[in-house]
Amino acid sequence: MINSHDILETINMIDNENLDVRTITMGISLLDCIDDNIDIACKKVYDKICRYAEKLVKTGEDISKEYGIPIIHKRIAVTPIAMLAAACPTMSPVKFAKALDTAANTVGVNFVGGYSALVHKGFAQGDYALIESIPEALSVTEKVCSSVNIGSTKAGINMDAVAKMGKVIRKTAELTADRDCIGAAKLVVFCNAPEDNPFMAGAFHGVGEPDCVINVGVSGPGVVRAALAKAGDCNITEVADIVKKTAFKITRMGQLVAKEASKRLSVPFGIVDLSLAPTPAIGDSVAYILEEMGLEQCGAHGTTACLALLNDAVKKGGVMASSHVGGLSGAFIPVTEDAGMIAAARSKALSITKLEAMTAVCSVGLDMIAIPGDTSAEIISGIIADEAAIGMVNSKTTAVRLIPAINKKAGEELNFGGLLGSGPIMDINPKSPAKFISRGGRIPAPMQSLKN
Amino acid sequence: MKAVITVLGKDTVGILAKVSTECAAVGVNILEVTQSVLQGMFAMIMFVDISGCTVPFENLVDSLTETGENMGVKIHVMHEDIFNAMHKI
Repeated sequence: MINSHDILETINMIDNENLDVRTITMGISLLDCIDDNIDIACKKVYDKICRYAEKLVKTGEDISKEYGIPIIHKRIAVTPIAMLAAACPTMSPVKFAKALDTAANTVGVNFVGGYSALVHKGFAQGDYALIESIPEALSVTEKVCSSVNIGSTKAGINMDAVAKMGKVIRKTAELTADRDCIGAAKLVVFCNAPEDNPFMAGAFHGVGEPDCVINVGVSGPGVVRAALAKAGDCNITEVADIVKKTAFKITRMGQLVAKEASKRLSVPFGIVDLSLAPTPAIGDSVAYILEEMGLEQCGAHGTTACLALLNDAVKKGGVMASSHVGGLSGAFIPVTEDAGMIAAARSKALSITKLEAMTAVCSVGLDMIAIPGDTSAEIISGIIADEAAIGMVNSKTTAVRLIPAINKKAGEELNFGGLLGSGPIMDINPKSPAKFISRGGRIPAPMQSLKN
Repeated sequence: MKAVITVLGKDTVGILAKVSTECAAVGVNILEVTQSVLQGMFAMIMFVDISGCTVPFENLVDSLTETGENMGVKIHVMHEDIFNAMHKI
């Protein structure tokens, strides 16, 4: 028998605390679409995505209705396109981006991830051409997301790729300057990229994955904050316990949705990503959780410690609630997508250096940060290198999603609208790392890589 | 299959009658009802068996949601598994 208190609690979480399943992401392997004729390859890509994901959106909506849980996004992740581009080296891979975009529109998903290359140890055939084409691909498509893995704990950091990505991020922003530089918001640079991440912009379908798979990302920062608010003055051990219990409930809901989607679509269930993913909606903020723990504002001294506790407790609570856990799993701190982070950045309580420290203990990295439009490619590369170093040494995923706000300076704002949000352009250190970046080569893998 | 219907909002005359009539009309069997009125706020929880439901589940959800809106209360119709998943190990 279900307790009426539990029923009302669930309904309150959904109605008032923004509890939702953030995304059902279908991973689709495109390895069987490889062809040396790019037009044939694109047709195969389009056909396969439409065939596999035909019922994805409808199924998501049905589950949402039946269980009364909002399921915000239905998305697709595909095999890194660089692998397909390798077979047609004389052609621009942008055609693949267009095919992905058309397929996304046909099946009705709001993003498709996987315009990606994995170059942590070096560039293979197809990788360089794909990276070179990212600015154009993201400016001529709407729903395609791109990611590049430039480092890993096992391989070290590919500094040639780091140097290249600084330029690519700038160029992507320049080509979409008329749309608040939105192209750069769809491009992530990773260290230790997970192969089963359901979240955009970094989702791609890794080569070790099955032909097709369903991954689910949960959310619910508002629920965690409300639970802490209700608890009042308790000590920090109790705070951790409350986060764990709440994360357990949130994840169980995600697991149920994942299982159900997998059954209805006849596609194997992959993982649940134990995440706290904020949105710009009031009350759906990770920063507010940290403030509820006792900080005057996110970014204050103590923020890193609060985030470390939160990130760890979310995993501990979630891991028992799901049979398979993966993806990024942890608290996200995207600045423009989080009302509390936006407020903290505006009031200068939160700086990019504090964010960098926070990324050592959160699930991803420097995410959705608008930087001044005159920031050089070398400085962007420097930021990427720092972030990748944190990931490499700590055996964790780190990522950089920066938006150079072309023709704007610190203090002004960018507004992407919708889930990508808006936010102030943050100050960065203008000193140049140009010589370091121009050296190229590879940072050797750290001792942590030698576990065998 | 069992579902949970919850009605939350300001207490008005005939809420229970209206919801149960609507359930009966489409073959939804009410198994149990609990309700409380606290300071004029009405909270009713109904466990129902929808295996004999004559309309698709989505339609039942839509029509009850609409009924709720017309009466100024919030009605949720949810599969019972969501509560089992979240609150039972």
